[in-house]
Amino acid sequence: MPDYTGVPQMLIDTVQMFSAMDRSERIQTLIDLGTKFKPVPAEIATQPYPESQRVPHCESEAFVFAEPLNDGSLKFHFDVLNPQGISAKATAVILDRALSGAPLDQVIAVPADVIYDIFGRELSMGKNMGLTGMVNMCKAAAAQQRDRAAS
Amino acid sequence: MSEIQERGYSHPEALVSTEWVAQHLNDPKIRIIESNEDPLLYPSGHIPGAVEVDWTRDLNDQLRRDYLGKVEFEALMSRIGVTPDTLLVLYGDKSNWWATYAFWVFNLFGHTKAVVMDGGRLKWEQEHRPMNREVPHFPVTDYSAPDRNDEVNRIFRDGVLHHVREGKKLVDVRSREEYSGEKLHMEGYPNEGALRGGHIPGAKSIPWSRAINPQDGTFRPAAELREIYGVGAGLSPEDEIVAYCRIGERSSHTWFVLKYLLGYPKVRNYDGSWTEWGNLVGVPIEK
Repeated sequence: MPDYTGVPQMLIDTVQMFSAMDRSERIQTLIDLGTKFKPVPAEIATQPYPESQRVPHCESEAFVFAEPLNDGSLKFHFDVLNPQGISAKATAVILDRALSGAPLDQVIAVPADVIYDIFGRELSMGKNMGLTGMVNMCKAAAAQQRDRAAS
Repeated sequence: MSEIQERGYSHPEALVSTEWVAQHLNDPKIRIIESNEDPLLYPSGHIPGAVEVDWTRDLNDQLRRDYLGKVEFEALMSRIGVTPDTLLVLYGDKSNWWATYAFWVFNLFGHTKAVVMDGGRLKWEQEHRPMNREVPHFPVTDYSAPDRNDEVNRIFRDGVLHHVREGKKLVDVRSREEYSGEKLHMEGYPNEGALRGGHIPGAKSIPWSRAINPQDGTFRPAAELREIYGVGAGLSPEDEIVAYCRIGERSSHTWFVLKYLLGYPKVRNYDGSWTEWGNLVGVPIEK
């Protein structure tokens, strides 16, 4: 497992939960998580979304939005326009639960390998790139928010 | 005449419609196979009676960069309960990108009794046709395959170098950004890409998805495909053509289009593709 030092505890717990599962349990859990996906509310963003919020390399047409909270942290919202984007929806649910409201430094510390640790190593390169793009968008938003607060 | 036959393909028999599949769900002479990029799709629901063939776990050698060998292929086919006489009906996500990849690998082992379901999973879902989560189990067979034949439909780097030196045709089916060399790989993931960007000299850029109607994932009619590949890329039936992408998956889709829908007989897929070419020392690159 890569270095999860300084990462939100919820994400560590999630990765540990998946690492203890066999492939079929993992897949079933991810499918169940995907069904819990709720797209970004209209008060945050409406379609057509700005291209700046589009996740690069993601064929599921995923978008990431970061809403500043009063404590300085971020609430992450997502939309997945491809109806077959079930992995992207599951990833969105995991990231929202684990990263929303977490200290910005902890969000920035999330390792890039987290998608492999959740989905398993057999994930295709292309799929991994898209889902990792979602993680990186969250990290970038956190870094931007931290810089804004510091300036 | 069926709607597929009206599209003017050279080998319309390589495609079946979703309606045809719906009428053959219990046909013992066929095996429906779903092949996807997204590992969650098949377990979340699939065509009743369909088995899954996963490109990573089932079609690749688990150690070397290569496809499975004869023994593993025989084990796979036996496990999914097919014989050399079984008609394989392939479908999947991404406009059948992975289905055509499986089709190509089956072809290497001489199992050409295979068809692709036009529109793939997307069209089946759009038509609200039945799906379930039941994983079917068929009686195991004793499938006997010939050795894999890499001569006809596959090409390796030395063959591609020779092909380039002879000025023969290539089609690069990656995105425009990959073709131009603007995009190498994703930051932090050097294994996703290559040390150098650009394309193989002489290759024309025709992204794979141009062969598809994006609204339902079906293949474009032959006249439109001829416009794209013939007029647009200067490819003609008498050409020897090499198709490539990043690892040979998207290019198997274009291989299928050129070989079966347009009837170009001499098309080979370079599965080493850019992840090999862009890392090779000393090979020519164009930008």
